[in-house]
Amino acid sequence: MLEKHEKIEKSATLLFVLSFIVVTIGGLVEIAPLFYLENTIEKVKGMRPYSPLELAGRNIYIREGCYLCHSQMIRPFRDEVERYGHYSLAAESMYDHPFQWGSKRTGPDLARVGNRYSDEWHVQHLINPQSVVPESVMPRYAFLAKTEVRTDDAAMHLKANVMVGVPYTKAMLENAATDMVAQATPDHDGADAVAARYPKAHTRDFDGDPKRVTEMDALVAYLQMLGTLVDFKAYKAEDNLR
Amino acid sequence: MNSFGKMAVYGLVLVLAVLAALNAHDSLFAAHAIVFALACAIAIVVTAKRAGASADTGDGEKYLDGVVRAGTIATLFWGVAGFLVGVTIASQLAFPALNLEWAFTNFGRLRPLHTSAVVFAFGGNALIATSFYVVQRTTGARLAFGNLAWFVFWGYQLFIVLAATGYLMGVTQSREYAEPEWYVDIWLTIVWVAYLLVFLGTLYKRKEPHIYVANWFYLSFIVTIAMLHIVNNMAMPVSFLGSKSYSLFSGVQDALTQWWYGHNAVGFFLTAGFLGMMYYFVPKQANRPIYSYRLSIIHFWSLIFMYIWAGPHHLHYTALPDWAQTLGVAFSIMLWMPSWGGMINGLMTLSGAWDKLRTDPIIRMMIISIAFYGMSTFEGPMMAIKSVNSLSHYTDWTIGHVHSGALGWVGMVSFGALYYLTPRLWNRDRLYSLRLINWHFWLATLGIVVYASSMWVSGIMQGLMWREYDAQGFLVYSFAESVAAMHPFYIIRAIGGAMYLAGALIMCWNIYQTIRGNKRNEAPMGVVASEAA
Repeated sequence: MLEKHEKIEKSATLLFVLSFIVVTIGGLVEIAPLFYLENTIEKVKGMRPYSPLELAGRNIYIREGCYLCHSQMIRPFRDEVERYGHYSLAAESMYDHPFQWGSKRTGPDLARVGNRYSDEWHVQHLINPQSVVPESVMPRYAFLAKTEVRTDDAAMHLKANVMVGVPYTKAMLENAATDMVAQATPDHDGADAVAARYPKAHTRDFDGDPKRVTEMDALVAYLQMLGTLVDFKAYKAEDNLR
Repeated sequence: MNSFGKMAVYGLVLVLAVLAALNAHDSLFAAHAIVFALACAIAIVVTAKRAGASADTGDGEKYLDGVVRAGTIATLFWGVAGFLVGVTIASQLAFPALNLEWAFTNFGRLRPLHTSAVVFAFGGNALIATSFYVVQRTTGARLAFGNLAWFVFWGYQLFIVLAATGYLMGVTQSREYAEPEWYVDIWLTIVWVAYLLVFLGTLYKRKEPHIYVANWFYLSFIVTIAMLHIVNNMAMPVSFLGSKSYSLFSGVQDALTQWWYGHNAVGFFLTAGFLGMMYYFVPKQANRPIYSYRLSIIHFWSLIFMYIWAGPHHLHYTALPDWAQTLGVAFSIMLWMPSWGGMINGLMTLSGAWDKLRTDPIIRMMIISIAFYGMSTFEGPMMAIKSVNSLSHYTDWTIGHVHSGALGWVGMVSFGALYYLTPRLWNRDRLYSLRLINWHFWLATLGIVVYASSMWVSGIMQGLMWREYDAQGFLVYSFAESVAAMHPFYIIRAIGGAMYLAGALIMCWNIYQTIRGNKRNEAPMGVVASEAA
């Protein structure tokens, strides 16, 4: 048997082709079924695409590398469920391009941080984490409050998401830039439309500076909606055994 | 292509890059387009100079070794840079004031800089340089396609610069070890295909009938990384002149694609490639044949087959379906065997020559590297078991595990290979100093031990604190208390990392003096006076 290996050793083509075939198998068997097995993602009520402001906040979260210290994936253990809330469902990251499950908890899990703290707490915590959590080793992000968020390309961001399968509607695309400003501006005419297009979206000034829409507004808007969309009263785990 | 044609191509790309910079959707993309344009400008100037003084291109020599020499220096340079950033971010976790309240120096932006610098810049340069050396020596042929190898070298450095500056500015896909954005990914794809062409082309030109086992590993590493890189980085840019893109996949599919990539960046970049290094440099330095030819066949095919399946162990107890997690565990545990097949083949190569451990610090470096490989490939399957993983996941234990593999296995075998290569590449009869290698060896080894053991303690402690209940059924610790408990271990870890960095600096001095042709006057190592005669 091993003598026949000589054939492979004497042909660069055989070695190249065979090793390529051997390394493709595992991925094909493990990843490909996730795209067509229907029980991969649970059926839940409440999931919707991110509002333009939340999406911008999510992009800041990615840009600053928050995922390197904070997971967004609660495992089904008693301690985690008590500490962070209901364990995470696959459906909850169905519109996440890319996913943000993370791999390390230097800081706590953030999958359900939404609605847990006040906006003021988040802003203060991002400006100076040690001022509210003395033990924290988190860096300071004061610059977010000083930087205005870019709104002119909001529709382009939504459109790129549509290209990869996120169901933004025509109205969402057309009003993307306005929605972004409206969500973070108190008494904006468009605020009701944002709430209608994106159910459960918080529409208010987040960073304490109502005149400007800053990166702080966007990031806090994102943090405040994390893990709040799925209606767990209507979710029955037994129906989704897999 | 003649130099005029080359300059025309570079000039065209330069014009395109300038146009891209002027019309960029965002300032980050513009900055990167300018970097690209500058690289083209440098390429034009260098090509023009070369064309003027075309007398000595070295084409007459049997092997193309200039690119290996450049790779040796690049490996050292990026190694020190990567270790330095590592010590920096380790210190930031101990003392958060070191983040300096500046976006560019925050932990979140420096950590990808550290991981990419050590994995892709240090490890990648070591792999490219040694693979070019090994494939020429074991085939008896000069590298294929003329100076394409130089394009691979400089193209890869440009990739590193684009990736690194991107992280500092906040350009990232947030895919661990695949953070560079879509346009940098395209550039790396071009460079990587060129690398494959040079390597495979040289195999086709070979003068030996058999392809030596080191080349099987190098080839499978190049091929698999190409596949992983392309699939994991599929994305839709917001603008074709902008730096931001959205991943083609989402949620659970995206997570498994990423960790299929992530685990095999370890499996093929940091394992298969470096096994190729081991299979050439250990027998050479020990002056003994490989222990078992049969074992190398069995462990090669089983290793490359099984590694690919192990990705889901990064996603235990997540929303990934259980069947995929179970497959991941099963293959991770099976993977222990081919991994140890490689370890045994490497260690036993020394059988009959174990005395060299006493006199040859280079062999000592290679052997401890294989020992760390054995240790971390045992620890890995253990951590892939779901019940162990429920404790270890999300904690520093994972960080410790990665570093015993990266510092111990990848780092040490690369140092050994570079110590072997330097006198040969620069035509020196010996290294500047063997005793300095000994210093390097002990600083690095003790640094790893300090690092890994502090992370074991902090990781397990962290995991236990998170799940500790009191008699009344309440969680005992708040999260913040677990953070505070990490503080002493983060300091110890930073010290371990600093020791490893100090060893690398000693190596740089040693290599620098060797290249200059100096020899340190020192007593030979491990030789008792009576034996010396």
